[in-house]
Order: sequence, then structure tokens, then C-alpha cells
Amino acid sequence: MAAERTAVIGVGQTKYAAARRDVSIAGLLREAAYRALEMAERSWSDVDAVIIGKAPDFFEGVMMPEVYLAEALGAVGKPIMRVHTAGSVGGSTACVAASMVQSRVHRCVLTIGWEKQSESNAMWALSLPQPFATSVNAGAGGYFSPIIRRYMMMTGAPELIGCMVAHKDRRQALLNPYAHLHQHDLTFEQVVDSPMLWDPIRYSETCPSSDGACAMVLVDEASGDAHDGPVAWVHGTAMRSESNSYGGRNMVSPAASEQCADDVFAQAGIVDRRAEIDAVEMYVPFSWYEPMWLESLGFASVGEGWRMVESGATALDGGDLPVNCSGGVLSSNPIGASGMIRFAEAALQVMGAAGEHQVDGARRAMGHAYGGGAQYYAMWIVGSGKP
Amino acid sequence: MADDPLAPPAALAGDVTVPPAVAGAEPVQSVCTPIRLSYTYTPGKALSRYLRAMAERRILGERCGVTGQVFVPPRGVSPLAGTTTAGVVELADTGYVDSFNITRVPIERRPDLKPPYCSAWIVLDGASVGFMGLVINIAPEEVRIGMRVRAVWKPDDELETSAANILGWEPTGEPDEVIDDYERLGRADPGRA
Repeated sequence: MAAERTAVIGVGQTKYAAARRDVSIAGLLREAAYRALEMAERSWSDVDAVIIGKAPDFFEGVMMPEVYLAEALGAVGKPIMRVHTAGSVGGSTACVAASMVQSRVHRCVLTIGWEKQSESNAMWALSLPQPFATSVNAGAGGYFSPIIRRYMMMTGAPELIGCMVAHKDRRQALLNPYAHLHQHDLTFEQVVDSPMLWDPIRYSETCPSSDGACAMVLVDEASGDAHDGPVAWVHGTAMRSESNSYGGRNMVSPAASEQCADDVFAQAGIVDRRAEIDAVEMYVPFSWYEPMWLESLGFASVGEGWRMVESGATALDGGDLPVNCSGGVLSSNPIGASGMIRFAEAALQVMGAAGEHQVDGARRAMGHAYGGGAQYYAMWIVGSGKP
Repeated sequence: MADDPLAPPAALAGDVTVPPAVAGAEPVQSVCTPIRLSYTYTPGKALSRYLRAMAERRILGERCGVTGQVFVPPRGVSPLAGTTTAGVVELADTGYVDSFNITRVPIERRPDLKPPYCSAWIVLDGASVGFMGLVINIAPEEVRIGMRVRAVWKPDDELETSAANILGWEPTGEPDEVIDDYERLGRADPGRA
């Protein structure tokens, strides 16, 4: 029996900011949820189940927050499920939410991802000491910097490619009212001159630390057909994971990433990935991950991802494969929401509802998230038409 | 999308009703409460062997009986085969730098580390996976991918059952390892077409 066709009919985001002191965690989630429900023309009583995701409990120090949040999310007496896949969790949560509709378990699902980094210490949460290994890493930057260095050596990419990505994403963020960073006067030279933190990663090539939540409403085919607002149809979802340490592991383009991409493109019936996808929302917390993922996802051949960046192919303004029109993770990073924002922004593009950062006539878009030691992957492809 | 995307959702618009007793009071927006997490770490058999050997300046890995890969630190399992490891392997305390990071900002947890310092994935001779450590006794800017290194241990009277016995890794002065990612991945190097 074929899976139920699934539609996204509501997207809700909060303003992303370093500290949203005006709301509690519950208030932050309700803000995103209400916006998604309003767009979907639904109310709490229409929701059959709630699927949520966030980074590990270490972050805010609130253990099992789904328990106390059930009431704030209208989930009392309804199924609520929490997804855990580190930084990719927002994407995985959307995939699980879609599966609830695709499997005909539920007809209308509310899904939410969030993080309140202002009430958290991510550096601490990511660097718990272990007696069997030396604790020398300074958070995620220290972990990913050697992988980026390896990519640079392997491809001979020019040193400033990462700065080009960062400058592009920060410029594109100016078109997104929800983006955390709005650096109106940021020049390319300022990006290049920003201090090295985890050499070769500069300050301006890293994501900010944000508060925020993102929500979506997903429904079955009949409800999607009946909806008179914009609709994004799910054309494929895929998740993969792998150990972060085994012999011969390709750290730059892990097997789980390549296999996840192959699966999701096959589900969507896409052969020429670069030609058939109109917009990509890709998880790029450090600038160099854009060219690395372009290769891993098969938009560029091995060693050629940086050339796409250099040529401007990934810019909203004039590029043939615009990447992170919303400003991406480099402009807003509420960790547990960041993956879902990618998926939601891909949906907004094919709905024609992305506002000033809309890619004209976008018909098919990809949402992408990764997490852990580049070992957890979630991807989806959404379209303006039915699959 | 709403006309003003930043306007509060309709359901959240409007004033909040507060009890008269607290009307006009400054709202509490946050409260800082220090939290602590203390726990007893139980390393299990494989890591216990590894940590005890560390106290004798020895590095123990474990071999996968299916793939032949050698893991360090050993966790008792082989991640690719999904099986328990087949045996213990004693590794040399020499290897090469697989890749590295230069941290140029101080980190809270290690106030003793003065930036800039170099952390690296070290692949020990005979091991299949990298091992994180500091590269010392060389300027960070001079560290290279492929550079040969050896462990610098704590003095004998300071040895514990801890990976912290290795203070860092210093250059041996031997010729660098040749690393060819394209060959390793079985792909053509586009730059050499």
C-alpha cells in the first residue's frame, strides 16, 4: 500500500535572537505553534499528535522538557513524541512528523523544534569530560575545524571560499525578518579580517547562539487538497546515522550523508540534482560546510563544491542553486530548531511564501540537517505539486 | 504568512491580566540558578584495561575480528561489524597527525591551555582510527597534516589511570606520512585529470 501523500500547510517561526527574555521556553514554543496554526487555519483541537525535538537536555538543564511542555503544546490527552538526534534533530523531527501522516496513523500533526541558548551553556554541554580521552576541544568549532582543514587540503580550495559563504548568508539574512543576525553594513573584508577562533574558522564564519522555535502543521492528502492557503507536498524524507569513528571513515563526506541523499533524491524521482532542485536550505553552522555538503549531496562532483560557491551559483541573487536564502544556520542557530527551520524554509519556498528571500518560481526545494560528529542526517524534498 | 511577520500571533495579542496584588510590579524575566551534575563513571571492561595500561605508559587498542580494524580508545565493540572486539592490541606511542585545529580563544574548562594551541587527530601506528590530543613542543603554525609525532608522558610518579597521562604529542622529525584522500576514497583527483 502506498504511503499517504502528506502536505505542509502551516509554518510558524519566532524571531530568533541571542536572548528572548520576554518569553519562557513554553511561551517561545506557543509563539511558533500559534503562527503555524494560523497559517494552516487550524486550532489546537484539530491537532491529532505533537512531535517535538530539541538538543540534548544538558543544554538548558531541563530534563525531559516534553513532560512539562505537554500542556503548553495542547498535547494533554494526545500522543506526544520527542525525537533525539543531536544537532540534526529539527530535521529528524520533521521526518518523524511526516511519517505519522504518511503511515495514516494521524491526519493532522503539529511538529516543533526549539532551543533557548540564553538559558543554556552549549560549550559546556558539548565538552563533558571523559577520563578515557583528553578534553582539548573548544566546543563544536574545535571538532569541525580539522575536518574543514582536510577538505581544504584535499581540494586545494582557495582560502577565502568560507568567507564568501559567510558573507552571502549574512547578506541573505537581511531579507528574512526572523533571522537573528541582521548585519546591514557587513563587508566581505570585515568577514576576512574577523578573528580566527578555531583556525581555519574565523569568528564571522561561525553560527551565532540563538533562542528560537520553529513549528509546522502537516496533514493528509484530502486535507491538503481542501486547504485554500499555500501547500508544500512532501516528495521524500530520509534519515541515516553512523558511528563517528571507524577505520577509513570519510570525515569530509560521511557515507551516511551520501546514502541519505541518494535515498531522498530517489524517492523524489530526481536525476539531475542541480538542475531539478530550485532552492536548498542546508545545515551550515561553519561556512566551509556549504561547499562540503554541495559535494556530499551530489550537487557538485568531488572537489568542485568550492567552485560553485566561487562562481556565485549558490547566491539568491543570480545563482542557479540558491543555498540558504533565509540566511541559514550562520545567521540564526537555535540548535534544536535549526534543522526544522531548514525544512520549513524549504516548504516556504515551494509555497511561494518566503517573502523577500523567495526564489522566483521555486517548484522543488531541499531541507537538510546534520548533527553529532557529522554522523546524523535528515533530509526532505518538498514540491509545489503533488509527488 | 501574516502581513507583519513579527506581529504577535492573534491568540497571543492583547494585554495579560495580572492579579491586583502584583499589578505594576517589575516582571521577573529570568532567575539564575547554578546547577551541578556529579556522577560516578563506570568505564566497563575494555576501557578499564585501557585506563590501567595508561598508568603503565602503555596504550591498548582492540581489534575487530571481522574487519581487522584496531580501535583506540577501545569500547569493546566494533562500530562497523557490530560485534564485540576479538582481542587486545598494544600500540606504539607514535603516529601521525591526521588533521588538526588551532584554537585561538581561551576555553573555560582548560585554563592551563594558553592559546594559540594545536589539537589534532593522531593516528597511532597500527590503529585504524584517530585519537584526539595536543601537539606540543612546536609552534602551531608549523604543524602539518601527515607530520610524525610521539607521546610526551607525565613523569612516572604522576601517572594515573587516565588518558591525561599523555601531556601531548611532539614531532619526531621523521619524514611526513603521505596522505592521499582521493586514493583512500577510490576516486579520481579532479585536480590531476
